[in-house]
Amino acid sequence: MTVETKLALTEQDIRSFSEGNQEPSWMTDLRLKAFGELETLPMPTPDKTKITNWNFTEFPTHTVESNAFSSLDELPEEVKVLVHAEEQKNIYIQHNNTPAFVSLSEDLQAKGVIFTDIYTALREHSDLVQKYFMTDGVKVNEHKLTALHAALLNGGVFVYVPKNVVVEEPIQVIYLHDNDSASLFNHTLLVADDNSAVTYVENYLSTVEKTTGQANIISEVIVKDNAKVTFGTVDVLAEGFTTYVNRRGVTGRDAVLEWALGMMNDSNTISENVTHLVGDNSEGHVKMVVVGRGKQKQNFTTKVIHWGKHTEGQILKHGVMKDEASSIFNGIGKIEFGATKSNAEQTSRVLMLSEKARGDANPILLIDEDDVTAGHAASVGRVDPLQLYYLMSRGISQQEAERLVIHGFLAPVVNELPIEGVKKQLTEVIERKVR
Amino acid sequence: MSTLVIKDLHVAIDGKEILKGVNLTINTNEIHAVMGPNGTGKSTLASAIMGHPKYEVTSGSVELDGEDVLAMEVDERAQAGLFLAMQYPSEITGVTNADFLRSAINSRRPEGEEISLMKFIRELDSKMEFLEMDLDMAQRYLNEGFSGGEKKRNEILQLMMLQPKFAILDEIDSGLDIDALKVVSKGINEMRGEGFGSLVITHYQRLLNYITPDYVHVMMQGRVVKSGGPELAHKLEAQGYDWIKEELGIEDETVGQEA
Repeated sequence: MTVETKLALTEQDIRSFSEGNQEPSWMTDLRLKAFGELETLPMPTPDKTKITNWNFTEFPTHTVESNAFSSLDELPEEVKVLVHAEEQKNIYIQHNNTPAFVSLSEDLQAKGVIFTDIYTALREHSDLVQKYFMTDGVKVNEHKLTALHAALLNGGVFVYVPKNVVVEEPIQVIYLHDNDSASLFNHTLLVADDNSAVTYVENYLSTVEKTTGQANIISEVIVKDNAKVTFGTVDVLAEGFTTYVNRRGVTGRDAVLEWALGMMNDSNTISENVTHLVGDNSEGHVKMVVVGRGKQKQNFTTKVIHWGKHTEGQILKHGVMKDEASSIFNGIGKIEFGATKSNAEQTSRVLMLSEKARGDANPILLIDEDDVTAGHAASVGRVDPLQLYYLMSRGISQQEAERLVIHGFLAPVVNELPIEGVKKQLTEVIERKVR
Repeated sequence: MSTLVIKDLHVAIDGKEILKGVNLTINTNEIHAVMGPNGTGKSTLASAIMGHPKYEVTSGSVELDGEDVLAMEVDERAQAGLFLAMQYPSEITGVTNADFLRSAINSRRPEGEEISLMKFIRELDSKMEFLEMDLDMAQRYLNEGFSGGEKKRNEILQLMMLQPKFAILDEIDSGLDIDALKVVSKGINEMRGEGFGSLVITHYQRLLNYITPDYVHVMMQGRVVKSGGPELAHKLEAQGYDWIKEELGIEDETVGQEA
């Protein structure tokens, strides 16, 4: 299915794509329904960023064919450094739109853990996927981009951790993008059933400098009662994408969801990260770092919504802006009526490295319950000249001093990333971007 | 032997002149104490020599072995052999003490000749032990959450690791209890010798019980108004500053008041 623009895609194209992948009929119907609603649904309205002129719908082609990898040895060098081949038993690699490699330890297979590309999951675990796919997390008809995602989904992964299973080794997913015609409509669906625990890291990596497609990405994380999920990401998508990335979590009773998000895209990006603390006594912690450069425009909306009693939500975002990059950091803590004894905390800090860089931190607390606590802190500033003076007074050059201060500024989040290779990669990407 | 020469140094902050012509010559193997009441320009002298961004040198010169220090960037001054133990060291989140010190040491070495990690750790551990510091402090973020005394010890640790030619110690004794004062002094005395000179700024004579200066200078109204040997410090201890003011006809010793 090769088309020039989205407008050239027809209902029939969607149907044949879905059927060609032997998707269950509910999925075909879901895609077609979403496609039918595209025209009438509104665009999302990220606060303080005007996206009316952004192109979210035109792209050269829906899917590209790329080669699979028969072993980790065949990976390109840029990907190899992210993977500890000997130790990493649980890994999925998608090459542009092609599921290219998957492995899951025998132990986890025996325990009933499911870890597979989204097409295989739709075929082999149809009922389970249907139960969670765009139901409790993101709704298909939230707005035009969620519907577009559902209609055009062309990749992704499904992770299911059964009740009482604790996955000790992290699960790693790498979405490799090296074709400048490719578009990524990837869907990650992670379900951690009652009393389970898992650490998951997904990595979007463009190895082309410039590209022409769309990145419309949704990750849904369902954390059921008393389960614990650590969800890490490092996104390094190339300039030229229009990136819409929606990462959403839902927690059950006593559940814990920890996000560690490294947003290193070179594309214009709208990022929505929402955590619904539904179950009583559940927790959601968000740590995010961003580096913007060039003329990049980005909007990062992070929202924790407290529905359950005694829920704890924390947002920590640090952003560095250089050149003429501009970013909006919206942090929203929302406590619904009835969510007594809940606590919503957030901190956003933006460091600007040049005169023309822009950063805007907007902390918002929306509270419909009296018996709660909440707090926020936000700052936007430049590198402290006294810090530079102190470091330079020990012989460190200005450039190196700035590097140390910037790394230090981002360290609280970088250090949270659970996979060493990915942490190192994030450090290197930061190094490259702030230089 | 190295020599640091400060000649007729005038320094202003926010347009207000603080130093009004300071003259001092310090050689290696010498320890000079600069004393004086608060507000007489002592810390300004320290900051101006190191190149603090807020202090503007309006005239005069500072030379290290004939090289124009004032023409150098802050890092070049450090590379040339100057060190300032600061009164209020900055806190830097996310940068460990150890990483910072290694960067500082390597900044003095050509590329490819960086200090080996083993050697660095060995030196760091031995100096931290010497200064009776908790070894965990190497992995803590630079000065973040350090107590006043820990910060001062950390300044001396940096001094010992970096081995400069000249160290300016800006009120290293302020806020220290007697035990910490002894440790800090021990560090400075350890540095004492052929290749090392120091300018010790204090307004308490107490520090000089532990670090015996070769020369003592008194600052008032942004100038050095009196110089002498260690006996001058003892006289100040016994009699205070009033006799100097009387001798020189000074009524208010702080900057901005003219004699």
